[in-house]
Amino acid sequence: MAEEPLGDVLDDSDGRRVGAGGKVTLALRIRRYNPDVREDSWWDEFTIDTEPDDRLLDALHQVKWYQDGTLALRRSCAHGICGSDAMMINGKNRLACKVLVKDVLPKATVEPIRGLPVLKDLIVDMEPFFAGYRSVLPYLINDEGEPDRERLQTPEERHRFDDTTKCILCAACTTACPIFWGDEEYVGPAAIVNAHRFIYDSRDDGADERLRILAERTGVFRCRTTFNCTEACPRGIEVTKAIQEVKRSILFERF
Amino acid sequence: MTTAHTYDAVIVGAGGAGLRAAIEASDRVHTAVISKLYPTRSHTGTAQGGVCAALGNVEEDYPEWHAFDTVKGGDYLVDQPAALLMCEEAVDAIYQLEHWGLPFNRTTDGRIDQRRFGGHTRNHGEAPVKRACYAADRTGHMILQTLYQQCVKRNVRFFNEFYVLDLLMDEGRVGGVVAYELASGELHVFHAPSVLFATGGFGRMFRVSSNAHTLTGDGPAVAWRRGIPLEDMEFFQFHPTGVYKMGILLSEAVRGEGGILLNAENERFMERYAPTVKDLAPRDLVSRAIYQEIKEGRGAGPHKDAVWLDVRHLPREVIEEKLPDVTEFARVYLSVEPTKELVPIQPTAHYAMGGIPTDVEGQVVTGPDETPVPGLYAAGECACVSVHGANRLGTNSLLDIVVFGRRGGKHMAEFADGSDAPELPERPEGFARDMLDGLMNRREGANAADIRSELQESMFDLAFVVRSETGLKKMQQILGGLRERYERVFVQDTGRTYNTELMEAVELGFLLDCAEATVAAALARDETRGAHYREDHPLRDDEHWLKHSLAYRGPDGSVRLEFKDVKLGPYVPMERKY
Repeated sequence: MAEEPLGDVLDDSDGRRVGAGGKVTLALRIRRYNPDVREDSWWDEFTIDTEPDDRLLDALHQVKWYQDGTLALRRSCAHGICGSDAMMINGKNRLACKVLVKDVLPKATVEPIRGLPVLKDLIVDMEPFFAGYRSVLPYLINDEGEPDRERLQTPEERHRFDDTTKCILCAACTTACPIFWGDEEYVGPAAIVNAHRFIYDSRDDGADERLRILAERTGVFRCRTTFNCTEACPRGIEVTKAIQEVKRSILFERF
Repeated sequence: MTTAHTYDAVIVGAGGAGLRAAIEASDRVHTAVISKLYPTRSHTGTAQGGVCAALGNVEEDYPEWHAFDTVKGGDYLVDQPAALLMCEEAVDAIYQLEHWGLPFNRTTDGRIDQRRFGGHTRNHGEAPVKRACYAADRTGHMILQTLYQQCVKRNVRFFNEFYVLDLLMDEGRVGGVVAYELASGELHVFHAPSVLFATGGFGRMFRVSSNAHTLTGDGPAVAWRRGIPLEDMEFFQFHPTGVYKMGILLSEAVRGEGGILLNAENERFMERYAPTVKDLAPRDLVSRAIYQEIKEGRGAGPHKDAVWLDVRHLPREVIEEKLPDVTEFARVYLSVEPTKELVPIQPTAHYAMGGIPTDVEGQVVTGPDETPVPGLYAAGECACVSVHGANRLGTNSLLDIVVFGRRGGKHMAEFADGSDAPELPERPEGFARDMLDGLMNRREGANAADIRSELQESMFDLAFVVRSETGLKKMQQILGGLRERYERVFVQDTGRTYNTELMEAVELGFLLDCAEATVAAALARDETRGAHYREDHPLRDDEHWLKHSLAYRGPDGSVRLEFKDVKLGPYVPMERKY
């Protein structure tokens, strides 16, 4: 069934109500955990009829709404911007709303992202992740006083940090990092990305302070350049490159 | 078990309006922000194209021109003093965001760049004007991030993944809110003299919607259940360019940068409907034009129910540099390459012009004489000031949240500073507790997903771009049936930890409330104005309908309507041509 030609986007299906007249069968294997029920985790399997152009998030909803209401996951915007639904799909960190069913057929294995405590099913404790984010002073620092109009910044200066402004704090990069799995003190790729966004902003005066924080044992030099983070980023940010730029600034500019 | 908290100011919702209010209030008084999502997940982040202000950086422009466009765009249902004030304050609001670090795109001389957007014109309609300040096509993302960063800097107290279920009132005064903590299943009572709702919209009542799953009208419904009216609920914006079938928003900035709409005959049909501004006409007109094309058999695709968005003629760098996210949506969700192929689109439920009535300080007001509710505030999409009238102009929502978020936050802090919250009743969480117990204690009954899906499907069929008395009456009947079934909804998950099934069932109840108010107001208004198109009454009727509707929930669950005058100003209502 998976080999069926998928056809034009304007195919012959009516509406998007999965299940009714679905064209493909998807097997979902989901790692479950529910402290209200038992102490350890387990695997559940579900089979659903769905459409190839549906999102994996739609498939998970199908399970939750019509088969097992206890399945817990986070989601909101469903088109890759809010960053709620990062999970491990067939071994890779992805947003469930940016993976289409046709890309995983005939089956998908879904697990919570790694390195953060699992609280229930696909929901993890995001607090350590946001603590790392907060530790790099993620806000503009400029004590010069505010002009009456905008501060000037050339398109080139603006472009310097464009890539890292895309971050949606979904944690896909940080929880794909083997160093982060082994060392909970490491601030992780996302925090460095958010530091990078300000370090290279021509309007910001806090670079020294952030570079000092990231030069510590918990900072950028924990990175072993495995590129997992770049591969995992749903926004296409060159995360490893950003980390390398911060490393270079610490080594060659700061001292 | 219930946990009690005491604050001066409680802000419900952490999107743009809530965060902007929090910055203002937390500098002054003891403030808590309660949000059912982590703040950075809020739907402000998905706004794409821009935020308008008459900076005049690229072309001559004035706040007064902006105000005129806002009033005309809203089909003269806008309260004109509020629109004039918003457009005046827009300029400083944008500079404020820039000073906080928002990475706007820049002109070659380093100023904030500006581009065209639907309905924004020079000198009262002469031609499109470049007024929208933007950060690529992720302006909302950058506003949300920047405001959150400022909250982190100020150490604002957040209660994340807390769902507000009830508003506490005592003899007309606000006493706080009751919230459900998703992680533990515990109820929390927040005792406070001032509460600001900034919970966003309720576009999830329609099948095709650009809105997040979480946009279920929680704030408006909670207030409504406590006797607060909802204003202008019949006015819901259908954005013309949603991804076919999915409804994901493709920004108006695509047309601002030169994209055009084509019908099945490859005709640029907007030239017939709006000869001056063409594809940059306001959203209500474009959505209606698309429906007309489809109705007359010129729709595209096998079902002839779409039209094409065409950007193939745009320079590659415009597409990649200024519209990267939109381009990616077409690639990911439609498997279409927009630089070479046409993108199939259809109108998508996008924005609630109506909501909780407020004055320009964000203070909630009830009745035709606008009696304030001491301590109660609202801002952003869940509120109705009204600056959007019958049809919001693109970019004005991002402006609304920063201007009125700031005003609401400031005013609530001033109100709370020095006033005590009224005493709470003995069991303040009682109402919320009973609602949850009702859902949790049934072991069989109706499936919430079925009800939600039928609600969305029928609202899409009967209360979308084109409406009629027959259709709306049928919708009211359907809603009656759905409400009965909702009373029998049960949840499988009886646990306390992250019981998202329980909260989805609660959210469905909020959605039903909002839909009932919407349909009742839409049925009453037998004229066509802005986004509210009645095919059985296709003309605007200023003599009878130049007024706002106020929907109240009756004791038996029925909807009672009142009306209040539109606040006019310098602009005399005239026929709307573009």
